[in-house]
Amino acid sequence: MKSAVIVFPGLNRDRDMIAALEKVTGEKPHLAWHGDSDLPDVDLVVVPGGFSYGDYLRAGAIAARSPMLKRVKEHADRGGLTLGVCNGFQILTETGLLPGALMRNRDLKFLCKVIHLKAENTTSPFTSAYKGHEAFPCPIAHHDGNYFIDPDGLKALEDNSQIAFRYCDENGNVTLEANPNGSIENIAGITNKQGNVLGMMPHPENLIEAAHGGIEGRYIFDSLVAAVA
Amino acid sequence: MLKNQNIEITPELIASHGLNEEEYAKILELIGREPTYTELGIFSAMWNEHCSYKSSKKWLKTLPTTGDRVIHGPGENAGVVDIDDGQAVVFKMESHNHPSYIEPYQGAATGVGGILRDVFTMGARPIAAMNALRFGAPDHEKTRHLVSGVVAGVGGYGNSFGVPTVGGEVEFDPRYNGNILVNAFAAGLADADKIFLCAAKGVGLPIVYLGAKTGRDGVGGATMASAEFGDDIDEKRPTVQVGDPFTEKCLLEACLELMQTGAVISIQDMGAAGLTCSAVEMGAQGNLGVELYLDDVPTREEAMTAYEMMLSESQERMLMVLDPEKEDVAKAIFHKWDLDFAIVGKTTDDLRFRVIHEGTEVANLPIKDLGDEAPEYDRPRAAYPAPSALGEIDSNIDVAQALLTLVGNANGASRRWVWEQYDHLIQGNSVQVPGGDAGVVRVEGADGKKALAFSVDVTPRYCEANPREGGKQAVAECWRNLSAVGALPLASTDNLNFGNPEKPEIMEQFSQAILGIGDACRALEFPIVSGNVSLYNETNGIGILPTPAIGGVGLLKDWAKMMTLSFKEEGEVILLIGEKGTHLGQSALLRDCFNRIEGDAPTVDLDKEAKHGALIRELINQEQLTACHDLSDGGLVVALAEMAMKGKIGAQLELSNDLGELFGEDQARYIVTVKSDNLESVLAAAKAQNVPVTQLGTVGGDKLEAKDIFAVSVAELSDFHESWFPDYMAAEAAQ
Repeated sequence: MKSAVIVFPGLNRDRDMIAALEKVTGEKPHLAWHGDSDLPDVDLVVVPGGFSYGDYLRAGAIAARSPMLKRVKEHADRGGLTLGVCNGFQILTETGLLPGALMRNRDLKFLCKVIHLKAENTTSPFTSAYKGHEAFPCPIAHHDGNYFIDPDGLKALEDNSQIAFRYCDENGNVTLEANPNGSIENIAGITNKQGNVLGMMPHPENLIEAAHGGIEGRYIFDSLVAAVA
Repeated sequence: MLKNQNIEITPELIASHGLNEEEYAKILELIGREPTYTELGIFSAMWNEHCSYKSSKKWLKTLPTTGDRVIHGPGENAGVVDIDDGQAVVFKMESHNHPSYIEPYQGAATGVGGILRDVFTMGARPIAAMNALRFGAPDHEKTRHLVSGVVAGVGGYGNSFGVPTVGGEVEFDPRYNGNILVNAFAAGLADADKIFLCAAKGVGLPIVYLGAKTGRDGVGGATMASAEFGDDIDEKRPTVQVGDPFTEKCLLEACLELMQTGAVISIQDMGAAGLTCSAVEMGAQGNLGVELYLDDVPTREEAMTAYEMMLSESQERMLMVLDPEKEDVAKAIFHKWDLDFAIVGKTTDDLRFRVIHEGTEVANLPIKDLGDEAPEYDRPRAAYPAPSALGEIDSNIDVAQALLTLVGNANGASRRWVWEQYDHLIQGNSVQVPGGDAGVVRVEGADGKKALAFSVDVTPRYCEANPREGGKQAVAECWRNLSAVGALPLASTDNLNFGNPEKPEIMEQFSQAILGIGDACRALEFPIVSGNVSLYNETNGIGILPTPAIGGVGLLKDWAKMMTLSFKEEGEVILLIGEKGTHLGQSALLRDCFNRIEGDAPTVDLDKEAKHGALIRELINQEQLTACHDLSDGGLVVALAEMAMKGKIGAQLELSNDLGELFGEDQARYIVTVKSDNLESVLAAAKAQNVPVTQLGTVGGDKLEAKDIFAVSVAELSDFHESWFPDYMAAEAAQ
């Protein structure tokens, strides 16, 4: 699988994402600098996590207006697989590639911890490998992960099976206590209507080897490899 | 031509620069004339306590700073220690106490920013951060606000910059009511043969200014940090700098990229006393003069004077001597990261420090004398009071209730509320996160097995009762925490926070603590490779508890063998390594359950520390243990409770009801668990090395239970342990 990672100044989980892609796919991703105007033809484009432009103005808002994001949008509009994690998710909602918005966490604090996630559908190109692993622990690390969407939008997400991941307890129950940031309906990740763009707050790139205490993050990359094979 | 900028140098002006009459006389003698206003500012910046170490130098010289693995000790931006395979760890700890009390978010944030910059200035990518925080009594009116702001500031900077915060300490005591402590530690990874230093080399080479623009923030900050606080403290807010972690992250990437090109001859970050300190250090250390052209310094405010530019402590700035042939490469890299890049001076061969502004020479000083001739004091010391006697202790207490108090009060409760606000997982190498004895981070670029362990420790109440033993204990506890995860302790950094050194009793306390630190570092082969001194931590005459925080780094050859403190499996045998407890003086039990602060600090037997630690590391390396935890605050029972809570499993114990045995804080002790199959070989290994070992019981059940003495459910313990911090902070919103 050929992949590209978009690099903005201020991102900091770009290195984690690059390492994960290399470890899982065996291929180094192409690095696309935000100011460059060309994006090579790849199977997967990733917008990684961090604090692009310091999160100044609003998380993801400045990055969403950079030249490279136009290329990312073209790639996604052509049906190209596109993954946004954490700040990447915020950037993708800011560009309109994904619906809804990410607000400040319910408790107004940055939160880094291992939560549990449930794969809501295992039919998307990002989640097929989660069959049989529906609830798993996964790290989060964010200040603005409180997903919000209006009632019509929420209904559309549900009707089109666009909800990819929800926060749950260790037994897979979607409860209020298991919701770390106040996201509506415990939503942790969503796809676009076509299913080729995924945005999620948790960090699968920090969950791919024994040193991470689990390998369930790999399944996203495994799913993608299978999807492009 | 020197010009005096039309500001008269009056005795009041001199005093307001923190210079006494004797110091000013020395300035006159050195330069043979009256200084200009800018020169006075430069002297004040170089000769304040924070930059010159004038009260502490005499004592710091007694510390052991060398060792087989030490590549660079104190004197550089950070210490550099060999970790094999051509790699080095670069680390330091520094205080940002005064600014954090005045403006907690920015004070703490820029403390983190400053220490990260110290590390990457040397060519190292930061891989771990820690912090040691001390606040006033929980019920003091300012404490909640300060905790909330400091924790948010530490997180706000470190999280955005992208370094995992893997450990730290948070403590409350009324003695910090008027002076909180914010000590930040950072460690980075570099190739051992690619360390960058600050000494300039070569005459006539360009001096380049990099990073953020210069503003008026922090003008006089280092001088402010070298005085006691009074009631005018709120007026000092403008001396606190404002941090921008985004710029710092860009600066990190740009510096590391530039260093790879071979363009960097020397580099120095602008920390305390900004442009003054960094330019003088570069020149003086390289035996060169420096000429600065302030008109070329990028500024973010209009009409800044030479004085302001020289003393600004604006953050995220660097000074570099550049290979002139690679100027274009360097410029391109900095412009790519949208950072300022300006040639602001050159090196000279005349050993003068010249500053030119708007065509006028505003300073012309002997560059070496600014550092070398800084005052050094052997401040008077007075006999330190002996520790108070330890009175009778009523042994007839409810042990279960005492345990719940100790694990559930301000100083014993879980710090999860704090460390969950710090990104401790970024970089994907955190194999042991906060909440254990030490944070452990896997090392990239090696065999995938190598890891580094980090811990920061001090027990201020011990230091107050007995500064020498307290100094030893701070080192020993840090060393023990590293050993407890299976790491070989390599070297340490010290952050010495004390009161007013002009008080003879404080000076004695300070010197004794340093001597104790030196004793322990020598005995445990744990040299001090970097550090920082923060004096004058007093408000309205009330000093803080003496707090010499020790940050340590240890090496694990294989992180898969690393030990954690949680109980693992039912039926495993629990052993105490080291002697049974006896010492209740200055214990957490006495303070928190009897409301008494009395007695001597526990004695640290350094031979025993070394021997017991070596045994622990050997057993871990042979994979004979399943859990390991060092004994500290609260002694045996608290350590057992922490192991049970972490593992969510209880234990059946055979203990005596002697309070010293249950809660004593004797040193050089660990609790370990072993599978029953390994029990004989572990006991034999202890016996062979003449280390005392006692079988305490077995892991299992949902209660921590000692027959006839106490029983308490693990769930109840956890509930007490986890709830104090969030409940305390939630009351903020309710106020």
